[in-house]
Amino acid sequence: MSTNTGASIVEPEVPYVDPERRSRRQRRSRRNALVATLSTVVFFGVVVIAVATSPGWPVVQDAFFNGDYFALAWPEVLVALLINIKIFVVAEFFILILGLLLALTRLSKSPALLPLRIVGTLYTDIFRGTPTLLVVLLLGFGVPALNLSGLPTDPLVWGTIALILSYTAYVAEVFRSGIASIHPSQRAAARSLGLSNVQTNRYVVLPQAIRRVIPPLLNDFVSLQKDTALVSVLGPIEALRAAQIIVYGKFNYTPYIVGALLFIALTIPMARFTDWLTARQERQRSSGSR
Amino acid sequence: MAVDLLRVDDVHKAFGDNAVLRGMTLSVAAHEVVVLIGASGSGKSTLLRCINGLESVDAGVIMVDGLDVTADDADFDAVRQRVGMVFQSFNLFPHMSVLGNITLAPRKVLGVSADEAEQRARDLLTRFGLEAKADDYPDRLSGGQQQRVAIVRALAMQPQAMLFDEVTSALDPELVGEVLDVIRGLKESGMTILMATHEMGFARDVADRVCFVDAGRVLESGPPAQVLGDPHEARTREFLARVLG
Repeated sequence: MSTNTGASIVEPEVPYVDPERRSRRQRRSRRNALVATLSTVVFFGVVVIAVATSPGWPVVQDAFFNGDYFALAWPEVLVALLINIKIFVVAEFFILILGLLLALTRLSKSPALLPLRIVGTLYTDIFRGTPTLLVVLLLGFGVPALNLSGLPTDPLVWGTIALILSYTAYVAEVFRSGIASIHPSQRAAARSLGLSNVQTNRYVVLPQAIRRVIPPLLNDFVSLQKDTALVSVLGPIEALRAAQIIVYGKFNYTPYIVGALLFIALTIPMARFTDWLTARQERQRSSGSR
Repeated sequence: MAVDLLRVDDVHKAFGDNAVLRGMTLSVAAHEVVVLIGASGSGKSTLLRCINGLESVDAGVIMVDGLDVTADDADFDAVRQRVGMVFQSFNLFPHMSVLGNITLAPRKVLGVSADEAEQRARDLLTRFGLEAKADDYPDRLSGGQQQRVAIVRALAMQPQAMLFDEVTSALDPELVGEVLDVIRGLKESGMTILMATHEMGFARDVADRVCFVDAGRVLESGPPAQVLGDPHEARTREFLARVLG
């Protein structure tokens, strides 16, 4: 629609704005940009100067931001971080499957599944209410101490299982709220077409529900990425433990900062991806005709 | 005398203490178009949902093409394959294209191959002037187009009868006509139709029979000219006076 076929040669896509109003708006937005820039520069300038000139700063800098220790800790903590990533990937895989199964069980109305529904409710109450660190300690030290044959004794395995148990309770609730948020009319429409209950869930309800809960799920993933560090209490040399060993050896806290930076670097892409996905869903919802 | 395709006999249905159907009796012959009119809450929608097995009845019998919907061991899947239903709120599946919406049930319920289901869907879309929308998602369509797709989706199951539950009530006034035209076309092709509507003009034009539903039962039933033009019952006259202004 670049040209009009009629007599008019006015481009229809450029809305008319009063020129005087336009220039007033431009002046105002230039002034706003200037004020924002100035206030930001002044604020951060004052903070940096205040910190750097405070009497305690050299001591703080040496304890937390020491370049030599940074260089020393960096490679070791980075290698150890691979263990965190491994825990995260394995745990996440099981959490997603078990969480969805738990959600479906708790939402089912079948009388035969009542005992499973009771177990599911108890499970959720227990593991959402218990500190994750407590579960890690209980399983990681408690189970190997039983000396039962056939059970793994690797603390890494039990730490991962503890994370799975804890996070499945959260993720199941996320799935459950997503499924419950699908309007009953969708189910009625599917059933009226002759789809069975299982087919209705599989093709109509779950695809919509899962799409809807991806942002909160990713939020839980970010949290899980950090909580892989809880396994450090059991002894495996993952990132936090690796940093801790150097801290204890050198009486300097810079390795913790290294660990913090690496965890942040791990979670930021996930956080930005979540933001992007949420924004995209918001756009899709508002661009729909109704 | 044509055989009754749908038969509703003294059906009662309550939601908690709220008795919605109170002795509803009604029958629809094959190829007949029956229009239900009546105030909101009079039980029209509930009746349609009971026929489709979306609600269970408390008493009475509903027969669909010889199948007892109200039996304890009723085969709802068989019933729903015989009777298509279209809702006021369209209820298209938003995560599927138009084609996906239409082919889902034929593929998963009837076991039609994907190619054949798609071909049939495209034929139906062409018949209703929607072939250009086959690959669009529902949120790209106007309300009228969504409702027409919902009708096509129900037709794809090749039902013997269609239930329409106030299918134009959620539409902007200028979109009502295109949906009613589709239903008019279905009547001409011989479809058995039971519909609840507030479109009195359409009822007058298209219905073989109009039933005035009041307080959960059919109070008056007859040819549209009689029920709408010269009602016997005072309640019917009151209702029509309110609706027609």
